[in-house]
Amino acid sequence: MSEAITKTQEDKTVFGFWIYLMTDCVLFASLFATFIVLRGNTFGGPAGNEIFSMPYVLVETLLLLISSFTCGLGLLAAYRKDKSQTLLWFGATFLLGLAFLGMEINEFSNLVSEGHSWRTSAFLSAFFTLVGTHGLHISIGLGWIAFLMARIRSQGITKINLKRLTLLSLFWHFLDIVWIFIFTIVFLVGEL
Amino acid sequence: MGFLTLFAHHRGFDPILFGGQAMMVVSGILVVAALTYFKKWKWLWKEWLTTLDHKKIGIMYIVVSIIMLLRGFADALMMRAQQAMASGDTKGILDAEHFQQVFTAHGTMMIFFVAMGLMFGLINLVLPQMLGARDVAFPFLNSTSLWLFVAGAGLMNLSLLVGGEFAATGWLAYPPLSELQYSPGPGVDYWIWSVQIAGIGSLLSGVNFFTTILKMRAPGMTLMKMPMFAWSVLGSMILILFAFPILTATLAMLSLDRTIGMHFFTSDFGGNPMMYINLIWAWGHPEVYILVLPAFGIFSEVVATFSGKRLFGYKSMVGAIMAITFLSYVVWLHHFFTMGAGGNVNAFFGIMTMIIAVPTGVKVFNWLFTMYRGRVRFTSPMWWFLSFVFTFTIGGVTGVMLAVPAIDFQVHNSLFLVAHFHNMIIGGVVFGYFAGLTYWFPKIFGFKLNERLGKYAVACWVGGFALAFIPLYILGIMGATRRLDHYDASMGWQQLFIVAGVGVLVIGLGVLFQILQLAVSIRDRNKNRDTTGDPWNARTLEWATSSPPPHYNFAEIPEVTDRDAFWDMKQNKSQKAKKPDFKSFYMPNNSSGGMFIGLFAGLAGFAVIWHIAWLIAVGVAGVIGTIILRATNENTEYKMTKQMIEQERGSKL
Repeated sequence: MSEAITKTQEDKTVFGFWIYLMTDCVLFASLFATFIVLRGNTFGGPAGNEIFSMPYVLVETLLLLISSFTCGLGLLAAYRKDKSQTLLWFGATFLLGLAFLGMEINEFSNLVSEGHSWRTSAFLSAFFTLVGTHGLHISIGLGWIAFLMARIRSQGITKINLKRLTLLSLFWHFLDIVWIFIFTIVFLVGEL
Repeated sequence: MGFLTLFAHHRGFDPILFGGQAMMVVSGILVVAALTYFKKWKWLWKEWLTTLDHKKIGIMYIVVSIIMLLRGFADALMMRAQQAMASGDTKGILDAEHFQQVFTAHGTMMIFFVAMGLMFGLINLVLPQMLGARDVAFPFLNSTSLWLFVAGAGLMNLSLLVGGEFAATGWLAYPPLSELQYSPGPGVDYWIWSVQIAGIGSLLSGVNFFTTILKMRAPGMTLMKMPMFAWSVLGSMILILFAFPILTATLAMLSLDRTIGMHFFTSDFGGNPMMYINLIWAWGHPEVYILVLPAFGIFSEVVATFSGKRLFGYKSMVGAIMAITFLSYVVWLHHFFTMGAGGNVNAFFGIMTMIIAVPTGVKVFNWLFTMYRGRVRFTSPMWWFLSFVFTFTIGGVTGVMLAVPAIDFQVHNSLFLVAHFHNMIIGGVVFGYFAGLTYWFPKIFGFKLNERLGKYAVACWVGGFALAFIPLYILGIMGATRRLDHYDASMGWQQLFIVAGVGVLVIGLGVLFQILQLAVSIRDRNKNRDTTGDPWNARTLEWATSSPPPHYNFAEIPEVTDRDAFWDMKQNKSQKAKKPDFKSFYMPNNSSGGMFIGLFAGLAGFAVIWHIAWLIAVGVAGVIGTIILRATNENTEYKMTKQMIEQERGSKL
């Protein structure tokens, strides 16, 4: 494939992926809007400040922020064509993401076992859905990281793998930004 | 609930439902038998199901849409028959529950599976060629979108066979009626998942065409040299990108309510049904413009071509499209002025709504000025256009009336509203798409459609339209609300309902003329062959190729110097003698991946509807597996060389 063609193709893909991320942003915006409208509707169930543990959420947030950092380091290593460093940093990203997801699942199951499930009130429905949708995205991201690491391990850092790593890190950073909003709007404001 | 009951429904034997089921099964068997008898399975697989050629994908979109159009039209016939009869002691042909399902299915089908399908079909047919491109930005994604659309349509049809019921909630399934408490059957779930799956396909198409327009134009084609159809598609795709994610989220929330007992929109546990209505219209209003903008684009091409003139007021046209794109986001509340948001809020949305009439008016005048002093040829696409001006203007005027909150309070949810939006959707969208189909038909199939029968069809459509919907305006003012399966004889409505019923029969005659037109045109195809590639003496790049075009559209990508690029080439032939050097290029290999993604997504949707956990897992795993297989496939493109192109040309001669 000639260099020029490859270049426009890559342009197109990265551009298209940006556009997709913007649509995902609108999807989250709808969930945020719904959460904000419904957050007071606790219907006798607990309000946010009764069930959130800020230190716990802070640890989650730090895990995710650090994973964004390692993801960035991994991409830089990939641009240097440094295979082992790439695998190392994306491996770290994967583990941090997994830890985040584990903590979130743990938080969810605690809430449910305490009797505060999504069936309790509109507020909890909105909470589980918004945070859960982010968690679902993280799970997809983890699958994607695992897939790309396997590919890089067997094929090395090819042009196509590099392009996919670029898309993946866009996705991962995007999820980080969404989480910042969740942290602020759901947890910090919920504490008030 | 949750029991899969084949061919069962809870209302005992119903001849109309059974007729529908029988027709589906019989036509399915006939298609399979014909394919087997003529040994066409391999051809179907290779040439169609797995193709990534945007033109063929476009044709498949249109075929599915036309089948759905016939189904949706059958629903319209039933509704008109019911309302013409069911006055006083006569109960008509449908019971209340069935009538509700029929109008729900009619709306859902016509918007999601007819209008959207025709729109994506037309865009696929011509947009890349118009831009001087060989394909869309992401061919595989394009095929995936098509198959998600087909999966959604399939699921909707399946509701008739498995479970025997569709939603009875109206086409937007307002809660709390659409919640489990009031609609316990699988009908609403069928509605959710057929719309959800098709909607995700539309969203992906939005990404695809948006990228195609911004990244794949031929060299020299700046944005302001782009054909107006491409501009209108750009506006429409921007709307899709911002509106469809809202639909995805909203349907997901309604489904969570129904499936795992959440309380977003329920009437108890703190749920808020009005939130749903806000969200669904924040998608739903842009949706109307998603459909109508490409129709405006089609008319811009049609009018310029058949007037033999450059489009009048190109820049104001672009401005109008972008203004409509923006304004359509800030009017959604006019769908529920009666919610009680207060005078100031209603006033804001009312004024915004009225303002939309301004850019729309600009467009209508631009088309008329394009015709002014042009050498107008009154072909059937032009007939569609003139009918459009007539009907759409009436619809626009009643729209501005409805935009006044005080008037809206009087005619809210009445047949006046029903008449208004059919005025816009039939008069604007449908006429536009039919004009486009007639206009571009020779490009895609290589022969023209019969003109005389085409004009008969237009006459029946527009005449039937007036007969069917003017009475509804009057009835609306007389106080007839929408969705009535029965009314009291003393209301004095029956005569008008009968007139409307006659109107829909006249439209039906128009549909028959269209079917006849297609049949006659295929029979006479050798007489009407287009050998030039430019049967209408047109202006834009899609006519620079042969009819039908080669699968790669252009062997050499054209250089664009003028807004009407092809017209310019025809006028300045001598200057364009220098041919650009041929460079070999890459085309996508066929792939069945899109089809499997659609299939598994449909399975997953079906499994959620019927609460079959293992099948959900199979569907989701299938989608993921197909994506992984595709991602590990290194052999997705092949090189087209000069020899291959000459060989293909030679074998065709």
